Amino acid sequence: MSKSLKLFGGTALGTLAVLTMSVNFADRNIASFPDNPAVMTAIAAPVVSSGLISAANASTSAGEGKLGLGRAALPEEIAAWDVDVSPDGTGLPVGSGSVEDGEMLFSENCAVCHGEFAEGVGNWPELAGGEGTLANEDPVKTVGSYWPYLSTAWDYVHRSMPYGQAQTLSTDEVYAIVAYILYSNFLVEDDFVLSNENFLEVEMPNADGFIVDDRAETEYPIWRTEPCMENCKDNVEITMRASVLNVTPEDEAAAEAEKVIEAANAVTETEAPVEEVVAAVEEPATDAPDPELVAAGEKVFGKCKACHQVGEDASNRVGPALNGIVGAEIGAVEGFKYSRVFDEMDGTWTEEELAAFLADPRGYARGTKMSFAGLKSEEDIAAVTAYLASFD
Amino acid sequence: MSDILKPSRRAFLRGSAAAAAGLTAAGAARASGPDPLITETQDWAIYFGEGVDATPYGLPIQYEADVVRRNVEWLTADTTSSINFTPIHALDGTITPQGCAFERHHSGAIELRKEDYRLMINGLVDTPLVFTYADLERFPRENHVYFCECAANTGMEWAGAQLNGAQFTHGMIHNMEYTGVSLRTLLTEAGLDAAGDLSDKWVYVEGADASSNGRSIPMDKALDDVLVAFKANGEALRKEHGYPVRLVVPGWEGNMWVKWLRRVEVMDGPVESREETSKYTDTLADGTSRKWTWVMDAKSVVTSPSPQSPITHGAGPLVITGLAWSGHGAITRVDVSKDGGKTWETARLAKPGEKMALTRFYLDTEWNGEDMLLQSRAMDETGYVQPTKAQLREVRGENSIYHNNCIQTWHVKPNGEAENVEVS
Ligand code: HEC
Ligand code: HEC
Repeated sequence: MSKSLKLFGGTALGTLAVLTMSVNFADRNIASFPDNPAVMTAIAAPVVSSGLISAANASTSAGEGKLGLGRAALPEEIAAWDVDVSPDGTGLPVGSGSVEDGEMLFSENCAVCHGEFAEGVGNWPELAGGEGTLANEDPVKTVGSYWPYLSTAWDYVHRSMPYGQAQTLSTDEVYAIVAYILYSNFLVEDDFVLSNENFLEVEMPNADGFIVDDRAETEYPIWRTEPCMENCKDNVEITMRASVLNVTPEDEAAAEAEKVIEAANAVTETEAPVEEVVAAVEEPATDAPDPELVAAGEKVFGKCKACHQVGEDASNRVGPALNGIVGAEIGAVEGFKYSRVFDEMDGTWTEEELAAFLADPRGYARGTKMSFAGLKSEEDIAAVTAYLASFD
Repeated sequence: MSDILKPSRRAFLRGSAAAAAGLTAAGAARASGPDPLITETQDWAIYFGEGVDATPYGLPIQYEADVVRRNVEWLTADTTSSINFTPIHALDGTITPQGCAFERHHSGAIELRKEDYRLMINGLVDTPLVFTYADLERFPRENHVYFCECAANTGMEWAGAQLNGAQFTHGMIHNMEYTGVSLRTLLTEAGLDAAGDLSDKWVYVEGADASSNGRSIPMDKALDDVLVAFKANGEALRKEHGYPVRLVVPGWEGNMWVKWLRRVEVMDGPVESREETSKYTDTLADGTSRKWTWVMDAKSVVTSPSPQSPITHGAGPLVITGLAWSGHGAITRVDVSKDGGKTWETARLAKPGEKMALTRFYLDTEWNGEDMLLQSRAMDETGYVQPTKAQLREVRGENSIYHNNCIQTWHVKPNGEAENVEVS
């Protein structure tokens, strides 16, 4: 606090605080400045904070405190990064998309994780349903049942989805997909077309379901009291135990750590030269792959990780586990449910076949569940293939 | 050489009779015979250890290999959008080493070089600016220690005692010393005249990763103590904490501490991004939800003894220790109860509480070897007293997910094991 005061040399902060507080509740379309818990409740905080604001207003107008660092942002740069969309539609680009197109796009790009009807697959988020469940024991929170603003859905899909391939959808595709999510929530009809023009007409069922943090009124007065020190209750009983549920991963983790210690210890005990141990682990193969290529491939595999696992303990996720995939039969990983096209394909994953598939998954296998645009560079394909070949 | 290893904690947790017997038998030290560790010349007293070129950047010694972050697999669909937990049960003091400080990502920990780093300030500013990493290092710097707590810390415990260990119930927290430039300085550099009256303005902050994790912060906080940080505990941020630059929002929920910070936009209102509508809103029993619950209220937990840190020495002198913190300011007092909240003793603070930073407390006590229901209760400088779970539920119900700052209970049994329990 004293630091702030020194920096801005504020005087008469109290008066300024009163002035700025009074405009906090101006009637605004977008939620107005909050009845901020930090400000309203922290001792003396309103004075400091509002003082800072006034002081900042004053100091910047004089151009004070500037060091002349950085450079002006170019309009193209701002356009590239400033893509957020606000509840009142500010930031929405011109465009449109239909439920019909959205259904196809969703199926191709989103359904592996979120389900064909946006109902969610396994542990992946559900985007539809749950209407009227918010007061239940297990509320189901989806775009339809919970989200107060449609802008949030547009903004998030545009900026962050599909998971693992963010920012690859066009403006119209995002409109279409968002229209389809609305349709999946029974909020629009199947002939609906969403555009920047009718965007604000869509009503979100839970728009009024939120209140601004009210802990300062509902909780702090109760809990800012002198605490009891003695005879605080007559009797104490255990009402629930964690061991009943037994969901703590402690054992495996501890076992893992123990293995590390034991392994380290085994080395010292037998006094085996370290090189030998390392060699045994790394298993020198006859046609040893280029380690640099494998390392590059590991990086490329980052693009696949949202859906695939490889290595020890790899299991089937959105896509099949890829251990030993180079040279394996196509579509034959145990326990994985493939698309029809994969089920019907014969052959083995030679390096050539893999390269063709990874360059253009949907071209190679029309109807594949693998919603991945493909790897553009041949080097990346060679690298990831070498990386995959290093696991058997 | 395995005899130099400490008895396995795991063996103890398994409840192996032999291990338990051996451990609880320990009382006042009376040697049954000369200790070979003393009477026999040990290898380490004869031969060399490693040279100075062996470890250019050191990791903890192998014997501490179990003091690591851990995750709970069933919590999330994928580790790239998930959380792991700080091993607070095994740490002491207040500073969290970066290497075991919890991580939470929404699209994985990216690798972004300083050379490729850009920070844009735009929106309602006089001159939208772009800074490089090198530019940031030319602004006046500040150092502050702050805790960063995920709003979901203890979130799995709303409906009942669930995870058995302080790491899992309270480990979405870390506490580091940050070096950086105040956000106020950078906003001033861009000029805030264009924004007019600042009292109803906001900043929107977002990261460079695929999730972007955008959040809206009211201007008064942005101009108060928010830091654009590039160092933690003296060294560069780890990639999992946002290398090269992250936002530090003291006392407020961890989700707002945007990592890989790439843009700050001065705005008329909040964006109401996914992270502040779909997530990080707290649903009450009647189905309405609180939003903008940014401040982390006062909270504490006994870190030892606790389920992963059982008592292995039997009755006698015992150090009960834990952590306390508050997003409203400094911790002023921590009380500890051994009987589930019937009676309380005031613990010793290792140092006077610091604003929005972890405070370490100790209760140096004598254990009689009987059952304990261990609790801790924090108080902060606003007079706020950490509530019980029952008190929280009464106001909020059981579905608010976030901001569970209830008093935690460990049941310590006569054999020294501890369990996460809920009491009446
Ligand atoms: C590889 C799996 C995957 C794919 C494919 C995918 N998503 Fe997601 N989606 C996720 C994950 C994981 C999250 C949660 C991310 C987080 O935790 O931040 C998510 C979150 C969402 C959310 C927010 C859910 C909520 O309740 O907050 C929406 C909306 C969404 N996705 C839409 C889409 C759309 C539209 C597509 C297709 C264009 C898509 N997703 C493709 C995995 C996926
Ligand atoms: C969005 C999720 C997703 C991503 C990202 C993804 N895959 Fe897949 N992958 C799948 C699915 C689903 C299948 C099963 C295809 C089917 O059944 O149609 C698959 C199948 C495969 C197969 C064939 C497996 C078999 O058993 O025949 C290979 C090989 C493969 N993927 C490699 C990759 C590589 C390499 C990458 C990254 C460059 C990648 N995938 C990215 C989801 C994904």
